[in-house]
Amino acid sequence: MSGMNLTLKVWRQKGPADEGRMVTYHVEDVSPDMSFLEMLDVLNERLILEGDDPVAFDHDCREGICGMCGMVINGVAHGEQRATTTCQLHMRHFKDGDTITIEPWRAAPFPVVKDLVVDRSAFDRIIQAGGFISVPAGSAPDAHTIPVKKADADAAFDAATCIGCGACVAACPNGSASLFTAAKITHLGLLPQGQPERDSRAKAMVEQMDAEGFGGCTNTGECTAVCPKGIPLETIARMNRDYLRAK
Amino acid sequence: MAVTGAVMVLFLILHVVGNLKVFSGAESFNEYAHWLRHVGEPAVPGRTVLTLIEVVLLVSVVLHMWAAISLTRRARKARPVKYAARRKSQASGYATHTMRYGGVVIVLFLIWHLLDLTFATVNPAGAAGLPYDRMVQGFAPERWPVTLFYTLALVMVGLHLRHGLWSAFQTLGLASGKAYRPLKLAAAGLSAVLVLAFLSVPFAILIGVVK
Ligand code: HEM
Ligand code: SF4
Ligand code: FES
Repeated sequence: MSGMNLTLKVWRQKGPADEGRMVTYHVEDVSPDMSFLEMLDVLNERLILEGDDPVAFDHDCREGICGMCGMVINGVAHGEQRATTTCQLHMRHFKDGDTITIEPWRAAPFPVVKDLVVDRSAFDRIIQAGGFISVPAGSAPDAHTIPVKKADADAAFDAATCIGCGACVAACPNGSASLFTAAKITHLGLLPQGQPERDSRAKAMVEQMDAEGFGGCTNTGECTAVCPKGIPLETIARMNRDYLRAK
Repeated sequence: MAVTGAVMVLFLILHVVGNLKVFSGAESFNEYAHWLRHVGEPAVPGRTVLTLIEVVLLVSVVLHMWAAISLTRRARKARPVKYAARRKSQASGYATHTMRYGGVVIVLFLIWHLLDLTFATVNPAGAAGLPYDRMVQGFAPERWPVTLFYTLALVMVGLHLRHGLWSAFQTLGLASGKAYRPLKLAAAGLSAVLVLAFLSVPFAILIGVVK
């Protein structure tokens, strides 16, 4: 079986200070079974052989659980395939002869480090502001010492699946980080262990999010649509409620 | 955004209920308009209540616009470098993407609307006409472009409210858990009912049911 021939338009930027530009490449004989990142690996191997600088992109697990990978593919964060990270996107969703545009997440709080790699430390600072519970560390408590309602446990677990990839910010027309922040606030705010700091957590995390320079949420729903974990928009209502109560 | 929007929606509900009085005849409608101007007298001077409503509305409109402008500016600052590929909307929500220019269209409509039926400068019955006559002559069949303009503007208002109402429920933290779907439906339902009720009056005049 012969592979696909693709034209890639990729954002190249040498470093934070570089202006950056779109550069066109051709990749040949791409197998439909490859993942998107493997397709970029093929391009990079060739670039290295030709003495060129390979295209820098973030990745780690390559199985959709770490949140490192992420690029805007043809104008859609993580590509058009729903509930899928870039590493889990397969080339069978593309056709021979396609032109694919590849860009980094675009947001002022996510500055480009190089090519497709952006600095997402802003998310870490939002977590540091309150995305935790304060408990004495030590040996793990017995399971079931604190009963949790099944419905709450399920909803908390769903929110906890957020991998912090940043696609929600990339897709939001306002560049808002509300879905990420709301997922964390929902996850902890639904569990008994999260109750003591529930109000202060919401307030601190929302204020940190705003201080980082993310835009304001207008409930467009673009975030949920691209989120590889399908975090629901409903979490944002929960965040707003906790935040208003804390104020 | 949510609070000033809610004030305007409450006004729209009162407004449409008032408009529907057209169907109970000229007398009833004119009486209602008269009552609006004189309610509370003689305890308070004429137009006190109406002026109060007007001031609250004006403040709401201005604050609403100010909030919209600052949100837009924040959004621009949060994304200084635009995407090269056209960003394809992944969420199905036509109304959502009409909010900013839709708001501008509504403001333009509002200006015409006030000149038409409040100040009567562009109304055939003129300022001296009774409210009912201004309404009926304003939407007379030969003035169909006016009716068409009202229709387009009201559809815009409907879209604006469909997203706006639901967005307000989200912002105020009401739309979480089980309340999410019912509130989303309620927003769409209320917007549709409001638009249809508003439109019933000019169309009733257009086809001669009200004259
Ligand atoms: C077909 C639809 C509509 C009709 C027939 C209509 C009719 C009227 C009439 C007759 C008045 C004057 C009342 C008086 O003389 O005291 C008025 C005032 C007003 N209308 Fe409408 N209206 C419509 C839609 C709207 C919409 C959609 C809005 C808001 C977005 C709106 C906002 C206002 C405002 C702000 C005033 C001024 C209130 C005041 O002076 O206190 N109207 N309308
Ligand atoms: S909410 Fe979804 S899109 Fe946003 S960071 Fe978490 S997993 Fe990624
Ligand atoms: S590389 Fe870990 S989620 Fe894609």
